[in-house]
Amino acid sequence: MYEKEKLEQLKKEKQRWQKEKVDKGLSRFPERKEAFTSTSGRDVERLYTPEDVAELDYQEDLGFPGEYPYTRGVQPTMYRSRFWTMRQYAGFATAEESNKRYKYLLDQGQTGLSVAFDLPTQIGYDSDHELAQGEVGKVGVAIDSLKDMEILFDGIPLDKVSTSMTINAPAAVLLAMYIAVGEKQGVSADKLRGTIQNDILKEYIARGTYIFPTEESMRLITDIFAYCSKEVPNWNTISISGYHIREAGSSATQEVAFTLADGIAYVEAAIKAGLDVDSFAPRLSFFFNSHNDLLEEVAKFRAARRLWAKIMKERFGAKNPKSMQLKFHTQTAGSTLTAQQPDNNIVRVAIQTLAAVLGGTQSLHTNSKDEAMALPTEDSVRVALRTQQVVAHESGVADTVDPLAGSFYVESLTDSIEKTALEYIEKIDELGGAPAAIEQGYIQKEIMDSSYNYQKELEKEERIVVGMNKFQVEEKPIEGLLKVDPKVEQLQRDKIAKTKESRDENLVKEKLEALKKAAEGTDNTMPFILEAVKAYATLGEICDVLREVFGEYQQSVVI
Amino acid sequence: MDKPIRVLVAKPGLDGHDRGAKVIARALRDAGMEVVYTGLRQTPDQIVQTAIQEDVDVLAMSILSGAHNHLLPTIVEKLKKEGVYDEVLVLAGGVIPDDDIQGLKDAGIEAVFTPGTPTGVTVEFIKKNLKK
Repeated sequence: MYEKEKLEQLKKEKQRWQKEKVDKGLSRFPERKEAFTSTSGRDVERLYTPEDVAELDYQEDLGFPGEYPYTRGVQPTMYRSRFWTMRQYAGFATAEESNKRYKYLLDQGQTGLSVAFDLPTQIGYDSDHELAQGEVGKVGVAIDSLKDMEILFDGIPLDKVSTSMTINAPAAVLLAMYIAVGEKQGVSADKLRGTIQNDILKEYIARGTYIFPTEESMRLITDIFAYCSKEVPNWNTISISGYHIREAGSSATQEVAFTLADGIAYVEAAIKAGLDVDSFAPRLSFFFNSHNDLLEEVAKFRAARRLWAKIMKERFGAKNPKSMQLKFHTQTAGSTLTAQQPDNNIVRVAIQTLAAVLGGTQSLHTNSKDEAMALPTEDSVRVALRTQQVVAHESGVADTVDPLAGSFYVESLTDSIEKTALEYIEKIDELGGAPAAIEQGYIQKEIMDSSYNYQKELEKEERIVVGMNKFQVEEKPIEGLLKVDPKVEQLQRDKIAKTKESRDENLVKEKLEALKKAAEGTDNTMPFILEAVKAYATLGEICDVLREVFGEYQQSVVI
Repeated sequence: MDKPIRVLVAKPGLDGHDRGAKVIARALRDAGMEVVYTGLRQTPDQIVQTAIQEDVDVLAMSILSGAHNHLLPTIVEKLKKEGVYDEVLVLAGGVIPDDDIQGLKDAGIEAVFTPGTPTGVTVEFIKKNLKK
């Protein structure tokens, strides 16, 4: 972007400044540390100048918002037209309780729903399964059959909201339930808007709610891609997630690298299943973490957008611009919240919100201050939502597109993250792609190393977390945390029993048998799952059929 | 120093958050202990059986799903039934609200380490409180 001559001159000027000002100043005011590094361990220089972005070509590397390579954003006007979707992840106990929380959030000005399921649901067990004991309704809502889903969305018109569901291994089943609820409300599938997470690779890497082996899981995922491209065209069929990879302790660069490597694996699987890249790629969406290191995070989002655009265009030959646009949801970093002096978490979340917005997110969940201890209370959720509203309406950062572009530091950081992420992706390609790299434990080991290094830095106080390893105070135990009533488990068991009494058992058997045949063969499983759901087969019954045909994933334990 | 302290790091229940479990496993290993990590989704029976088979001095369980009040006491009960509770120091860590800690201690969990605990604190606690 700069003339050679000017750069030469600048170089000399910088040397002069170094000698006259910095060296002299340092003897009187030494710097706080010998070396500065970002949260992710990236070296941070004292000063960035045009020299650091000398290679940058505006048109080629940044371009205009809404245009390739989308570094500056996926829409031309970004938040000047419409703010990001404020979408708080919520759900606990029963469908009835969660339905109340959703209506409260919509009343408070939230613009999209995000459903949290309990662990048995996420792993395809009904609430009356032995392994569900103690877990029912704890980290999300328990869904056992279509009956629960009908209650969950009671009074919420599905053509008016967009719904994101954090569901992976049994994503097809929950999507089928959503489609069935829509039908009952008179909303056809082509009018439904929302997202299923449906990202099994990161479950193997970091999050742990897998059921089936890799190949069979990839088949379920491509079945969903194919089905939705025809029947549910406005549905985001996957949310390829770096969030949990980062929570597991990865660096910002690893978050980008491993997420996009997973993305590549899904695209390859779908192409291998015979789908045209432009038929499904526009519905791929992403999910990232927003950490405290504000500028590194902004650069991370920008780098991810540019790198994905290039991958889709150059590696997969996508033609449709929508296939090249990396659209993403963001959640603030749960792992940065401290159990100590929890009010400080509100400030952390505000910084992370800024990072996500300056990075051009399409939707955002802000964590509540009490989440290092328990599920959030209604009051703390409101503060979290208000944090987004303050950034949107009061901070001014949403009024111009990609305001940090052109910062010598941010551009140089964006470049550097993109380059390092690409090196990781090449390494993963060498190992045979993301599924193979996961099987070999490579990705898990890389994350573990980062996570352990970070922990050691904290303990040596090379990194300060306010209130945790510095500025501590004596604290009283926190009161008023949200508690899930243990009675929920019995309530769900009773509901399952009632549902089973009132349904047509023969029909259920017939539908499950048909699903089994489809799973054994090569038919798309989605229509068969939908039929079984409508007959009120339970989630556990459907997943058991698939377990029988597909088997179960065996984790490779890496420490 | 005679033979090293043997620790089983376990993940009871269904939650997949194992960053803490893995960090503590490495930290204990770096402190000279022998560490076995179970991996995810272990039932109370599996954990108790592994603890016996591996002949461990310490059982350190990490749980973030909120199911601690059900699962942890169940595991202690089973250890007692197998007659090994008197030999194994039983610890827990993870997202466990302050309110629940006393109840867990009454049920036989010897210490509960909540988020932000330096790994060194856990190491010291183990060294001072071994049962055999």
